[in-house]
Amino acid sequence: MLRYTAKRLLQTVIVLIGITLVTFILLNIVPGDPVNLMLGKISDPETIARIRHEMGLDRPWHQQYIDFLVGVIKGDLGTSYFLKESVVDIINRSFIITLKLAGFSFVFAMALGLVCGIVSAVHRGKALDSGLMTLALLGISAPAFWVAIILQIVFGLKLDLLPISGIDSGLCYILPAIAIGSRYAASIARITRTSMLDVIRQDYIRTARAKGLSERLVIYKHALKNAMIPIVTMAGLQLSYLLTGSILVETVFSIPGIGKLIVDSMLTRDLPLIQGTVMYVATLFVLINLIVDLSYAFLDPKIRYEKGD
Amino acid sequence: MADTLLEVKNLKTYFYTDEGVVPSVDDVSFSIGYGETLGIVGESGCGKSVTSLSIMDLVPSPPGKIVDGEILLKGRDLRKLSEAEMRKIRGNEVAMVFQEPMTSLNPVFTIGSQIIEALMLHKHLSKKEARDKAIEMLKLVKIPMPEKRVKEYPHQLSGGMRQRVMIAMALCCDPQLLICDEPTTALDVTIQAQVLDLIGELKKKLNTSIMMITHNLGVISEIADNAMVMYAGKVIEYGSVRQLFKNPLHPYTNGLMNAIPRIESDKEELYMIKGTVPSLRNRPKGCLFHPRCEYAKEICRACMPIFVERDGHKVRCWKYTDRW
Ligand SMILES: Nc1ncnc2c1ncn2[C@@H]1O[C@H](COP(=O)(O)OP(=O)(O)OP(=O)(O)O)[C@@H](O)[C@H]1O
Ligand code: SF4
Ligand SMILES: [Mg+2]
Repeated sequence: MLRYTAKRLLQTVIVLIGITLVTFILLNIVPGDPVNLMLGKISDPETIARIRHEMGLDRPWHQQYIDFLVGVIKGDLGTSYFLKESVVDIINRSFIITLKLAGFSFVFAMALGLVCGIVSAVHRGKALDSGLMTLALLGISAPAFWVAIILQIVFGLKLDLLPISGIDSGLCYILPAIAIGSRYAASIARITRTSMLDVIRQDYIRTARAKGLSERLVIYKHALKNAMIPIVTMAGLQLSYLLTGSILVETVFSIPGIGKLIVDSMLTRDLPLIQGTVMYVATLFVLINLIVDLSYAFLDPKIRYEKGD
Repeated sequence: MADTLLEVKNLKTYFYTDEGVVPSVDDVSFSIGYGETLGIVGESGCGKSVTSLSIMDLVPSPPGKIVDGEILLKGRDLRKLSEAEMRKIRGNEVAMVFQEPMTSLNPVFTIGSQIIEALMLHKHLSKKEARDKAIEMLKLVKIPMPEKRVKEYPHQLSGGMRQRVMIAMALCCDPQLLICDEPTTALDVTIQAQVLDLIGELKKKLNTSIMMITHNLGVISEIADNAMVMYAGKVIEYGSVRQLFKNPLHPYTNGLMNAIPRIESDKEELYMIKGTVPSLRNRPKGCLFHPRCEYAKEICRACMPIFVERDGHKVRCWKYTDRW
């Protein structure tokens, strides 16, 4: 386990360096002057030259990259051109909000998905199973922003039960969390069902029953722990649903998280902010992957013992 | 009936599949006394596993269902018990070792925890006591370094070792009946012999009754007291091992006996019973064996033979009736 962890950590560091490189190339080396893009047509050459100098864009690219890299390591991603504030500060502020939102959606989606998936598998072929799986199919097909708008209309405008914008209270998170998590929940439910059905017919489940264990222990201990391996992988791979979902849903619910930040920084062409958020989100993905892999190894003893050697 | 541990009467277990009803176990009766070993032989698919799963009430359902019969354990009909009562029997009074050692242990739990679980459930031991008992059981089934093995996962053990663990797990709650469903079929020949020796030894030591299912008549002759030959869901011959080997009556049993390879025999090829097992879904009319039987007559093709007693054992063949 230790060796495997060390190996995965090393891989992660290499990927992270790769990310800084790609982010840098995408935004600095590509044709078209970033300052031009940022300022639009109205700018005069003098202003452009001044800003280029201020931003250090007139230096050789390798030096720019090294500066960028040093900045990243020191936790300095530059200053937002429009907000005149440290990019890291802005991101941190938004990130906490997105994290909270994603956390709520994750818990909501995991709980709902696992329960529906297990119930479906246990009642395989019955009406309950078909009903739940039809719902799951709907959930997968419905885009997050559409769910968001429907929730706003039904629970906000018609029933007037929950707030539909801002983050003034904890209640504000409920509808966006459901909107972001619904697709994820549907996906978890489906993979849980498939995985449970596959596990339930294994010989070791028969052994567990032959021991005299209750059906509850057989399903929730013996079957679920095995079934969790593909579920965790899938849940990890699709954590991106929560992030991509948040981009649009945050905008719909006016929640100042990373998603809204990405959209806003693109709209204002705030180069350092775009660069910072892209870097940030990419890093997030890599770290999520790392955590998923490590928890996978934790669940499956075969990996824990073999991959390390 | 103080000396009968298990008595199965007219058991019928059918599978209701899309292609039709499969009478996997069709009117099967037998009994096992205390400390006795019953061997069950028969070709693949004749209903041996389904018979044992029926006793445990573990027949996959749907599509399987016990449709009729009684399963009396110490006089109590298991079919009349609730699921909760049945759980107290499984793993406790009746335990089972399965055909597939490679897949019968849960890959994500340690060997120890899988044995401990049964002990805590049925014997209400503390975790520590259960662990000590688990180590003791592993010692009993001759697993080297049991203190280390309890912490290991199934994939770290060989097939033979896993089957020993299964045996340890089955025996840990001192069951009165141990069902072994082809415990050695999936193992190498040398390992097979070791595991069989172990079962024979444990039987003597613990005085557990055993229901031993196998393809191999040699195994039966070594460890069983009584033997039952099954064919396409039915019992066709049933009696003491001594009688059965000295004087096999049914033409099918005879065929099986001739199919045992003998070292002293100078015949090059093995005797094989010609033809194949009939499909359970589409069994022949009359004697189920008649398409493969060299003695088959008109009556065999027309009517199912009844059980007759002969030389102290029972056989289902027209040859031994006065209608022959
Ligand atoms: N889950 C199932 N669904 C449908 N039919 C089944 C099922 N399990 C068993 N059967 C039927 O029951 C018959 C008897 O199966 P069983 O497993 O008892 O055979 P067996 O004598 O143990 O054979 P083997 O020596 O191969 O283990 C099979 O021929 C099969 O047609
Ligand atoms: S009843 Fe007839 S066909 Fe069947 S085994 Fe006896 S002799 Fe052969
Ligand atoms: Mg079998």
